[in-house]
Amino acid sequence: MFDSDLWWSFRRSPVTVAAAVVALMIIGGALFAPWIAPHDPFDPATLSLLDASNPPAWLEGGSWTFPLGTDNQGRDVLSAILYGSRLSLFVGSSAVVLALLLGVTLGLLAGWRGGLTDTIIMRVADVKLSFPAILIALLIDGVARGVLPRDAQSEIAPYVLIAAIALSFWVQYARTVRASTLVERNKEYVQAARVIGVHPAKIVLGHLLPNVIGPVLVIATINLALAILTEATLSFLGVGLPPTRPSLGTLIRNGNDYLFSGDWWISIFPGVVLAALILSVNLLGDWLRDAFNPKLR
Amino acid sequence: MIAFLVQRLYQAVLVMLTVGLIAFALFNYVGDPINNMVGQDTSLADRERLRQELGLNDTFIVQFARFVGRAARGEFGLSYQQARPVGQIILEKMPATLELSFVAATLALAIGVPMGIYTGLHRQSWLSQLLLGLSLVGVSLPTFLIGILLILVFAVTLGWLPSFGRGNVVQFGWWSSGLVTLDGWRAIILPAVTLSLFQMTLITRLVRAEMIEVLRTDYIKFARARGLTNRAVNFGHALKNTLVPVITIAGLQLGSIIAFAIITETVFQWPGMGLMFIQAVTFVDIPVMAAYLVLVGFFFVVINLIVDLLYHVLDPRLRVDRERVGVG
Repeated sequence: MFDSDLWWSFRRSPVTVAAAVVALMIIGGALFAPWIAPHDPFDPATLSLLDASNPPAWLEGGSWTFPLGTDNQGRDVLSAILYGSRLSLFVGSSAVVLALLLGVTLGLLAGWRGGLTDTIIMRVADVKLSFPAILIALLIDGVARGVLPRDAQSEIAPYVLIAAIALSFWVQYARTVRASTLVERNKEYVQAARVIGVHPAKIVLGHLLPNVIGPVLVIATINLALAILTEATLSFLGVGLPPTRPSLGTLIRNGNDYLFSGDWWISIFPGVVLAALILSVNLLGDWLRDAFNPKLR
Repeated sequence: MIAFLVQRLYQAVLVMLTVGLIAFALFNYVGDPINNMVGQDTSLADRERLRQELGLNDTFIVQFARFVGRAARGEFGLSYQQARPVGQIILEKMPATLELSFVAATLALAIGVPMGIYTGLHRQSWLSQLLLGLSLVGVSLPTFLIGILLILVFAVTLGWLPSFGRGNVVQFGWWSSGLVTLDGWRAIILPAVTLSLFQMTLITRLVRAEMIEVLRTDYIKFARARGLTNRAVNFGHALKNTLVPVITIAGLQLGSIIAFAIITETVFQWPGMGLMFIQAVTFVDIPVMAAYLVLVGFFFVVINLIVDLLYHVLDPRLRVDRERVGVG
């Protein structure tokens, strides 16, 4: 019954359906990039500088070999976008999962243990909340650059980014989970479990967790858009993914240098895909929030 | 009230100390600053001399104490990259960022509040729907993408406005202002619009939500029943009550404007603190990074403190709540 309710409210909103279609298209393109991309943008052997800076196919001088044109090194923009959205989605969703794990664990711990544990975790959260996420992520990324060996940086850049974004996003989960844990832990089912001697770890994971996880999953959907945006922003600022493994943000950064010579397609097409992805995920998240909580309408 | 003030101040000091510790840890444990400053052909003796000069050989406690003492006086040592005092660099860059943030915040309020009032009063009109749709797109478009699009349209294609830099600036003592020349105003338009768009959509949505909320309340119904004009009800009664949360959020957003300025400044090569910070991150210029962190932390703490106090003064209900929570 719950499922059919959700399905009904989904079908009733044409905007949500459209958003889902766009999101699925981009995700599908990203997943199957190696099979559907017309070129391999990471194989230098197939690149030719003679193909550099071709405009999109429908403009004068373009050809259908490179439907959306090529960049300054002759890489196919469409293929680069497909591979780039793959990385963007990978980093974004991994960061959200990591932030969720971290936040839920700390939130459960703070809510269940209370006392000093609670105070410490929540103070750290307060300090973190005084700064915008992007600044924290930038800082962590900057520190990682200094600490890690320079030649390995391109290899581990995605994982550094994931950690940086996750560490700047966990607070929201922790606060939500802590608040609902504080309510739930005094309820009768938890007391009953305690009385019959269930192991505390089992109470927290088996009884509490399922009852506090609902709102967290909704936040996660909304945060996915934010995480993808943060990744793109960091990459655009030049502290995210390197040009050898470009995400959508890196592609836009690369293309930005050629904007003045009139090669607008190098940065605008990845930008359009990024905006469409974020907008559709945002819309899906909004819908999910409203569907779960009619009061918020 | 005094207890509340003390508690807030205590928290502010705690946050600043944490930020200071992080900034100091950056100094101490990240990378080898000497390697970042010198070329490959610098001899070991020269490196050691430089290390001694910068005080990198002292113990943790000595270095931390020195750091806090100096930070309080606004001294953050020499920039690894430029070999100049960091305080001096920041003083040079600060006017650019503050002017940009100020213009952007003014723009966001001047356009966001009327848009919020309109969409709140005329919920069903097509213009409201259009504005709200646009604001959703505005939220979803990354700041840097908006900047690039504006550059493409107004600088590259139309050629109306400059795409980078501050234009002509005039020095007033240590403060360099771009707001007194036509050229400076032309240069600030695109970055300020880019920076303000996100805040603008946020303020619009907030004012709209608050207006809708307030218009439902009994005293508005009563005001209408008394036969007051729409104008008096909407602006005299409703708007006045929406402004408290709006002021709070707008104040808090001042902090994020400074953070988002990093992105805008990079796109437009605006010579402010944000661009300086990004360059510092790229070059692992730790003193500059640490100084920026402390400074922004300080801005945030002060803004939060002022907003908290303002809220406390403006909304009597909160005082009761807070005190009850404070005791319990």
